[in-house]
Amino acid sequence: MAIGLHDSQVSNPVLRWIDQRLPVVTMMQKEYGTFPTPRNFNYFWNFGALALINLVIMIATGIFLAMNYQPHTAHAFDSVERIMRDVNFGWLIRYVHMNGASMFFIVVYIHIYRGMYYGSYKKPRELLWMLGVVIFLLMMATAFMGYVLPWGQMSFWGATVITNLFSAFPIVGPEIVTWLWGGFSVDNPTLNRFFALHYLLPFVIFGVVFLHVAALHITGSNNPLGIEPKGPQDTLPFHPYYTIKDSVGIVAYFALFALLVFFMPNYLGHPDNYIPANPLVTPAHIVPEWYFLPFYAILRAVPDKLGGVLLMFGSILVWFVLPWLDTSKVRSMRFRPVARIFFFLFIVSFFVLMWAGGKPAEQPYVIISQLATAYYFLWFLVLLPVLGKLEKPLPLPESIAAAVLGTKAVLGGGPIPQAVAAKPMEKA
Amino acid sequence: MRVLKALALAASVFVATPALAAGEAPAAPNAGFSFNALLGTFDRGAQQRGFQVYKEVCSACHGMRLMSYRNLLDIGLSESEARAIAASFQVTDGPNDEGAMFERPARLSDRFRSPFPNDQAARAGNNGALPPDLSVITKARHDGANYVRALLIGYRDPPPGVTVMDGMHYNEYFPGHQIAMPNVLNDGQVTYADGTNATVDQMARDVTTFLAWAAEPETERRRQMGVKILVFLAILGGLAYATKRKVWADVKH
Amino acid sequence: MADTMAPQMAQAAPGAHPGATKRDFLKLTTAAFAAVGVAGIAWPFVASMSPSRDVLALASTEVDIRPIATGQAITVMWRGKPVFVRNRTAEEVQEARAVPLSELKDPATDQSRVQRDSWLVMVGVCTHLGCVPLGQKPTDAKGDFNGWFCPCHGSHYDTSGRIRRGPAPSNLAIPDYAFTNDTTIRIG
Repeated sequence: MAIGLHDSQVSNPVLRWIDQRLPVVTMMQKEYGTFPTPRNFNYFWNFGALALINLVIMIATGIFLAMNYQPHTAHAFDSVERIMRDVNFGWLIRYVHMNGASMFFIVVYIHIYRGMYYGSYKKPRELLWMLGVVIFLLMMATAFMGYVLPWGQMSFWGATVITNLFSAFPIVGPEIVTWLWGGFSVDNPTLNRFFALHYLLPFVIFGVVFLHVAALHITGSNNPLGIEPKGPQDTLPFHPYYTIKDSVGIVAYFALFALLVFFMPNYLGHPDNYIPANPLVTPAHIVPEWYFLPFYAILRAVPDKLGGVLLMFGSILVWFVLPWLDTSKVRSMRFRPVARIFFFLFIVSFFVLMWAGGKPAEQPYVIISQLATAYYFLWFLVLLPVLGKLEKPLPLPESIAAAVLGTKAVLGGGPIPQAVAAKPMEKA
Repeated sequence: MRVLKALALAASVFVATPALAAGEAPAAPNAGFSFNALLGTFDRGAQQRGFQVYKEVCSACHGMRLMSYRNLLDIGLSESEARAIAASFQVTDGPNDEGAMFERPARLSDRFRSPFPNDQAARAGNNGALPPDLSVITKARHDGANYVRALLIGYRDPPPGVTVMDGMHYNEYFPGHQIAMPNVLNDGQVTYADGTNATVDQMARDVTTFLAWAAEPETERRRQMGVKILVFLAILGGLAYATKRKVWADVKH
Repeated sequence: MADTMAPQMAQAAPGAHPGATKRDFLKLTTAAFAAVGVAGIAWPFVASMSPSRDVLALASTEVDIRPIATGQAITVMWRGKPVFVRNRTAEEVQEARAVPLSELKDPATDQSRVQRDSWLVMVGVCTHLGCVPLGQKPTDAKGDFNGWFCPCHGSHYDTSGRIRRGPAPSNLAIPDYAFTNDTTIRIG
């Protein structure tokens, strides 16, 4: 072992040569091989891996679409249709990208609500959670700008409405909007910059995802019980147990994805976006893509322009302080019988907002949106802080192993725990 | 199980959202098009007859700028037939060596000739109304194929008390009911080469089939590939699940 | 990564375990299927970079040769490249046919390079590194063999477009073409 080289345990000579100089193999082995992972994950813990795969799919399909897409108002719509008609497998790549956005939000919403239900944002994982919120905000920006690129009616009017949100800010608002547009309306300069940023942001997301995962590997994963692993009997090495469990989830995810792409590719989209953009005619009923509907409903629930904009941004920004709004000592909702009921109502309010956001801005949808918006904020700002103090949680199990194996099981017995002799977690 | 239930609930809500209100017009009746089925294909005969209807009737006002004459090979026309159809249209090319644009017979690689050089000319020639391009029309309308067919057979006398504005026509399925496009289909409007009786209903079905194919020409390939991929994923999923069971067999969790 | 994990897995599944063989077989089958899947995913991306259908449809060009007088040439665009169409004079044809094959770097008879004696149709791209040779316009340098001359690296072509001197390895290429009638050539 020469001085200055990493002490590699890899036997393959070529990999060893590399590993001594750049210990990627050792790193992978540590972070994805022997990485001690709570043994009691359910399938909701697949969604982080699924989100990463989805990001890779979006970047790959996006790069190949960019090879044929033309970011010019006169050519954008037709260039997308040319991809669909003339480019080899262009229809496949474009439909995967288009539906991939929906899949990404489905996966990430489940990932977020899993984190909320099991208290994954609580100490010591606050920063991990906040990085996740940053990823979500970046995703929203990327998805919004991507939707503008086909330059259909919904692209154009979506871009117009959303950029006009900034005009709500006093004094500088109109200046900001003109600056965002690079002109006096959404036009070619806007399309060009949106394309540039839509290409850039996924790589920024990738960087923040790296930080998100790095933070995760410091604290270790939360688990359905919300109690920290106390020793090797509480964990399993990531490989093969969770690589194979993730694989099962990945195949199921691909099956749902394939169903959308191959059999109902335009189902989640809006027909108006196959009408080329026309700055003179607003479609009768403009709605954002489904994944923005809850926030769109919050925007419309407020009769005041600036108030609506602030509340809409606030509905996501409140996630940043969630770790401090939740005063409960217990992480998992499994042990919070009262809070759990209000949590499910919160989920319901989110879906109600999603539904109401797709309806016209008239009664009774407005009042329904207002009620759901009120509950959304009530949950974060009142119920969570108060319930944490008042609620008497159920007794927590002594350890993950005790809960999984049953209290009468003898720890360390049987052939498994030897096989699973993982190093204790640094922080456990 | 709880996981599945939650997912099913989430899915059902997603399913409900995009079904948006269709406006004031009644929903188009389901015409039972073969291609609207999950694994459906296009009726080649209907596609070819539909192209004939488009060429002889619709194309007087409506362009299909995303279609090329070479695409006709995909609905079963032979290359010489497609060449002959292309050559019957004059398209603008150029500039030539003198710097002038000139007309020449279209080739397979040319786009369908549009009836008007630009939108302004189209409006000027149609009483101020713009006949939309039909390349992706069935994708660009809710329940597109059924809607287009219903619109074509939906011309009625206005009900009592309804005044139709000058130059407009009453159509049961058009949002607002007043449409600038007149009823263009009459029985026997075209003479089908295959001897099919050219009723209004037949022509509407045929041209809708053609337009639905033109909007999504990849449909049949897409569905075939989808079936293969789902079968592959079913096998892979079974294998992955079996492997997972084996790996986890001696771990209580 | 899978390789480096193998020892780890062996530990987790001791050889004495009765299920070990079946498990390994399952793992291999699953991995093989997954590998096929990944390869299948890669293919559409690779294929999407090949010429698309609209590009392939432009792969033929029709040329009206009526305006080309004897001794004149025109350059037309075919697949984004220049194609030289030359109506050669009798002397030029004779000159090309008088050359013994032994003198040629890339031996080919003039007869094998034309369909009608006076009409020479070839891709106007130097076979060295892709420049367009001079010689189409009456004022151009035609090189030492009265044909074409590539200014980039000094290749000389004769009146049959054959390489006679310079670094180019072969004659100017003849595209697929046909006389659709006496006045029209279809290239491609």
